[in-house]
Amino acid sequence: MSQVVNAGFPLLTATAALPAVGAIATAAVPAARRTAAKWLALLVSLATLVLAAIVAVRFDPGGDRYQLAESHAWIEDFGVRYELGVDGIAVALIALTAVLIPFIILAGWHDADPLETKSKRWRPTQGFFALILAVEAMVILSFEATDIFLFYIFFEAMLIPMYFLIGGFGDRAHAGGDEAAATQRSYAAVKFLLYNLVGGLIMLAAVIGLYVVAGNFSLQEIAAARAGGQLDMATNTERLLFLGFFFAFAVKAPLWPLHTWLPNAMGEATAPVAVLITAVVDKVGTFAMLRFCLQLFPEASKWATPVILVLAVISIVYGALLAVGQRDIKRLVAYASISHFGFIIMGIFAMTSQGQSGATLYMVNHGISTAALMLVAGFLISRRGSRLIADYGGVQKVAPVLAGTFLIGGLATLSLPGLAPFVSEFLVLVGTFTRYPVIGIIATFGIVLAALYTLVLYQRTMTGPVKPEVSAMPDLRVRELVVVAPLIALLIFLGVYPKPVTDIVNPAVGHTLSDVQQQDPKPEVEAAK
Amino acid sequence: MSASAVHSLWTTAATAPLQDQITKIDAPKFEYGQMSPTLIVLGAAIIGVLVEAFVPRKSRYYVQVFLSVVALAAAFAAIIALAAGGYGTTKARISAMGAIAVDGPSLFLQGTILLAGLVAVFTFAERRLDPAAGAHRVDSFAAQAASVPGSDSEKAAVKAGFTTTEVFPLVLFAIGGMLIFPSANDLLTLFIALEVFSLPLYLLCALARRKRLVSQEAAVKYFLLGAFASAFTLFGIALLYGYAGSVSYATIAQVVDGSIQNVSPALADTMGNDALLLIGAALLVMGLLFKVGAVPFHMWTPDVYQGAPTPVTGFMAAATKVAAFGALLRVLYVVLPGLRWDWRPVMWGVAIVTMLGGAIVAITQTDMKRLLAYSSIAHAGFILAGVIAMTPDGVSSVLFYLAAYSFVTIGAFAVVTLVRDAGGEATHLSKWAGLGRRSPLVAAVFAVFLLAFAGIPLTSGFAGKFAVFKAAAEGGAAPLVVIGVISSAVAAFFYIRVIVLMFFSEPKPEGPTVAVPSPLTMTAIGLGVAVTLVLGVAPQYFLDLAGQAGVFVR
Repeated sequence: MSQVVNAGFPLLTATAALPAVGAIATAAVPAARRTAAKWLALLVSLATLVLAAIVAVRFDPGGDRYQLAESHAWIEDFGVRYELGVDGIAVALIALTAVLIPFIILAGWHDADPLETKSKRWRPTQGFFALILAVEAMVILSFEATDIFLFYIFFEAMLIPMYFLIGGFGDRAHAGGDEAAATQRSYAAVKFLLYNLVGGLIMLAAVIGLYVVAGNFSLQEIAAARAGGQLDMATNTERLLFLGFFFAFAVKAPLWPLHTWLPNAMGEATAPVAVLITAVVDKVGTFAMLRFCLQLFPEASKWATPVILVLAVISIVYGALLAVGQRDIKRLVAYASISHFGFIIMGIFAMTSQGQSGATLYMVNHGISTAALMLVAGFLISRRGSRLIADYGGVQKVAPVLAGTFLIGGLATLSLPGLAPFVSEFLVLVGTFTRYPVIGIIATFGIVLAALYTLVLYQRTMTGPVKPEVSAMPDLRVRELVVVAPLIALLIFLGVYPKPVTDIVNPAVGHTLSDVQQQDPKPEVEAAK
Repeated sequence: MSASAVHSLWTTAATAPLQDQITKIDAPKFEYGQMSPTLIVLGAAIIGVLVEAFVPRKSRYYVQVFLSVVALAAAFAAIIALAAGGYGTTKARISAMGAIAVDGPSLFLQGTILLAGLVAVFTFAERRLDPAAGAHRVDSFAAQAASVPGSDSEKAAVKAGFTTTEVFPLVLFAIGGMLIFPSANDLLTLFIALEVFSLPLYLLCALARRKRLVSQEAAVKYFLLGAFASAFTLFGIALLYGYAGSVSYATIAQVVDGSIQNVSPALADTMGNDALLLIGAALLVMGLLFKVGAVPFHMWTPDVYQGAPTPVTGFMAAATKVAAFGALLRVLYVVLPGLRWDWRPVMWGVAIVTMLGGAIVAITQTDMKRLLAYSSIAHAGFILAGVIAMTPDGVSSVLFYLAAYSFVTIGAFAVVTLVRDAGGEATHLSKWAGLGRRSPLVAAVFAVFLLAFAGIPLTSGFAGKFAVFKAAAEGGAAPLVVIGVISSAVAAFFYIRVIVLMFFSEPKPEGPTVAVPSPLTMTAIGLGVAVTLVLGVAPQYFLDLAGQAGVFVR
C-alpha cells in the first residue's frame, strides 16, 4: 500500500490529456476540411496508443500496487484530490482502449460525412471524431483515477459525448426511412442516458455517504484504513453504500435486469459507436466493480455475492437466449455482449484468483472480439443498407474475405479454443466452479447457446443461395482490411499466448483478493489429505 | 361623571415632561462606509429617476445604462473593499443602529446580487433583438406602459419607437432592496427591504413589449400573491414582536433560548407565549418561502416567469432567489436556531415536496420559460436541503450554490431571448426543434446551461449540488439526499429532452431564427458559460470564499 508519487513526467495525465486536446483540436477544424479532421483524430488516437504502450512498458507487474502515481490538490473543500495511479487491471484496460480507438475511428471513416451541406456551420464529421476522442479521454481517466470523486466525475461526464454519438449519428439506410430512424435513435440515446444517469446519481448519494463516513475520497487511504481497521462501518451503512456503487456499475456493465438500454443503443448507433459502447465504455462498469466495490466494501461484497452471481448467471443465459431469437444483426451482438458481461461479473464475484484474472482477461478479449465481429457486421450492413438477418444470404460467395473475417469474429465470440476469449472464459468457469459448482454448470449453457446464435447467424447471412440484393456486394476494401486484420491477429495471438496480459493482471488480482480476505479454495484432493 | 374622569378611561397622564424624554434621544449612528454598496445603488436609482425627468429622450438610454453599470460596478467594488477590510470575517459587525448586519454571508450574497444585477442590466439594455421601429432600436420593454394593449395609443407609441428607460431606475431600486434583504438584522428592516425590492419587480413584470396581456396578467398575479405573502410576513413579525418584545434578530434569538426574559414590561402578558412564537415564525418563514418559490408557495412562479419580459425573468430567477435565500438563512440560523427542532421537520417536508414537485411538474411543460420556472422550483428544493443542514458547511454550500445558479439562470434566459419568430420570442418547446442544426453555437451554449441545471459533473451545477448534498448528509439528512438525487434524475429527464429536441430533431421549415445580439447580451451569455465551467472545473477558490463567508454575526 505504498504511495510513491511519480515526480517525473506525468505520463498518466498525458495519456488522457492527449485525446482530450485532440478532441478540441478536431472540433475546431473548419467545416470544409473534413478529411483533415479525420486524419487528425486518427493521428491523435495513434499517439495515445504510443503513450499507452509506454505506460504498459513502464509498469512493473512485480512492483507497487499503484504505479506512475500522480497526486495534486484539487477541491480541498470536498476532500477531493487529483490522484491517478494504475494497477495491472487498469493498465490492461487502458491498453485495450488505446488499441481499439484507432480502429473505431478508421471503421467510422465515412459514417459522419454530411449528406448535403445545409449550413456552413454544421460540422457533423468534426463533431463525430471529436466526441470519440473525448470519450477515450474520459474512459482512460476513469481507469486511472484513484480518487473516488475524480472517478465519479468522469464516469458521469462520459455519458454526454456518448449520448451525442448515439443520438446524433446513425446508419445511413433505415427500413423505416429517415424520420423513423431519427425517432428510434433519439429514443435509444435518451434511454441510454437516463439509465446511466439514474445509476450515476444513486452512486452520487453513495459517494456523499462515503465521504460522510470516511472524510476523504482517496481510494488508497480509505482502503488502507478499512484494511487496518481504523475505519469501521456499520454493517448496514456498508451494505447501502455498496449497493449505491454497485447499482451504477451494474447499469453500466450492464447486468440483468438493468441491461435493456444496451440493445437499443447498440442497435441504433453506428457499428463503430456500438463497439465504443460495449467494448470500451461498458468496461468501466466491470472495472469499477473490481476496483471500488471489492476494495471499499469487502464485507458487503461477500454479503451480496450470492445474489450477484445469480443475476450474472441469468444475464449469461438470458442474453444468450435472446441473442438466438434476434432478427437484427446488431441487436444480436448486443445480447451476446450482455451474456458475456454476465461471465465477467460472475468471474469477479466468484472471489477466486482464476475467476478474477479470467474476468479481467475477459474484459480485454471481449473488447477485441466484439470489435472484430461488430465492425465487420457494420461493413456488411453499410453495403446492404439493412440490419435484418433475413435480408442477407450467400455473402461468402460474393465477398469471401468479409465472410471469413466475420466468421473468425463470430468464433471468437463463441470462445473457440485457440482464440483469445476461450482462455478467459475457461478461467472464469474454472474459478467459479471451484467455489460455486452449480452456478458454474448453469453458466456453461451460455457457451452452448453462444455456439448456436453465432453459427446460425453465419449460416443465415453468409451461406446458402446468393440473394439478388447481395449479388453485387463488394468485398472488404483496404481501409476495412486494415481495421479487421490486426484485430484478428490480436485474437489469435492472445488465444495462443495470453501471458503478456495475465502477467500484468495477476498481481493486481492478488491484491484485490486479499482486500476481500479470500483465498482460493484448496483442490479437493489436497484437502482430503 | 366629569369630563376628566371620562377621559381618564382611555388616557393616562404622562409621568414626566415630554421635553425631558426628547433630550435623551441620541443622534442615530450610521456607518456610511459599511452601508456604501446599498447607498450607491439606491442613490443611483434616485438619480435615475431624475434622469427620466430632465434628460432629453434621445440620450436617456445611454445615460441610464451608463449610470446603472457604473453604480453596480462601484457598489461591487465597495463590497470587495469591505471584504478586503475584513468585514466578512474578523470585523463582522452590526451597523446602522442594529438594523443591518455586515458579515460574511451579507457581503457574499450582496456581491452575488450585484454581479447578477450587472449581467441582468446588460440583457435589459439589449436593443438589437426586436426589429427596429422606424429608425429607433427598441428593447424588450413596452413602448408606453400606460397605453392599453391593442389600443391606438399603443400602436402610435410603438410606431414612434418609444422605449421605457424607467426600467433602469426600477431595477436599481430592486437591487437596492435585495442588498438589504439578506443583511437585515431586524424584522422591520427585513420587511421594508422586502417591499423595496418587490414593488419594482411587480412593475417590471408588466412591461413586456410583446404579449402584453400575458405580461400584465403575470404582474397582477405576482402582485396579488406577493401582497398576501407580505401581509403574512408582517403578521408574523407582529406576533414575534409580541412574543419577544423586540424586532431585533439577536434579542428574539435570546428570548427563544431563554437567556433574556421580560424585555418590555408592556408585553408581560404575551412575552414568552410559545403559540405566538410558533405561529409568528411560521408566518415569517412562509413569506420568505414564497419569495424563494418553494412548494406549496410556488404557484406564482410559472405564470410570472412566463409572462414577464425575459430579461426580467432572468433577473428575478437569479437575484430574487439569492436575496430571499439569504434572508431565509439568516432568519433560520440567527433568529430561530433555538426553534430548530420545530422548523427542521417542516422544512424537511417543504424541501422534499419542492424538489419532487418542481422536477415532476416540469416534465409536462411545453413552454421554455415555464419549464425553466419549474426547474427553478426544483433548484429551490435542492438549496433548501443545504439550508436544513444547520451546519457552517450548510451555509457556505448554500452561498456557493446560489452564486453558481444565478449565473446559469441569467445566461439561460438570455439565450431564450435570442430565439425568435415573427411573434417575438419563440418560447414554445416545439419551436426549438433542430436549433442545433441551424445555430450550433447557440444550441451548444444552451446545452451547457441545461447540463449545469441537470448537475452533470464538470459544470457549476454539479459542484453546487454536491456541496449542498454533502452538507445535508453531514447534517444528518441522508434521506433528503436520496430524495434529492432521485429528483435530480427526474429533472435530468426534461433537461435532456430539450437537448434532444435541439440536436436530434429535424428543424421545421417555418421555425424561429436566432437573432444576432449586441455585445451586451453576448457578454451576459459568455459570462454565464465562463462561470459555469470555471465553477465546475476549479471551484476551490470560490468554495473557500463561501467557506470563509459562512459565519453570521449575531
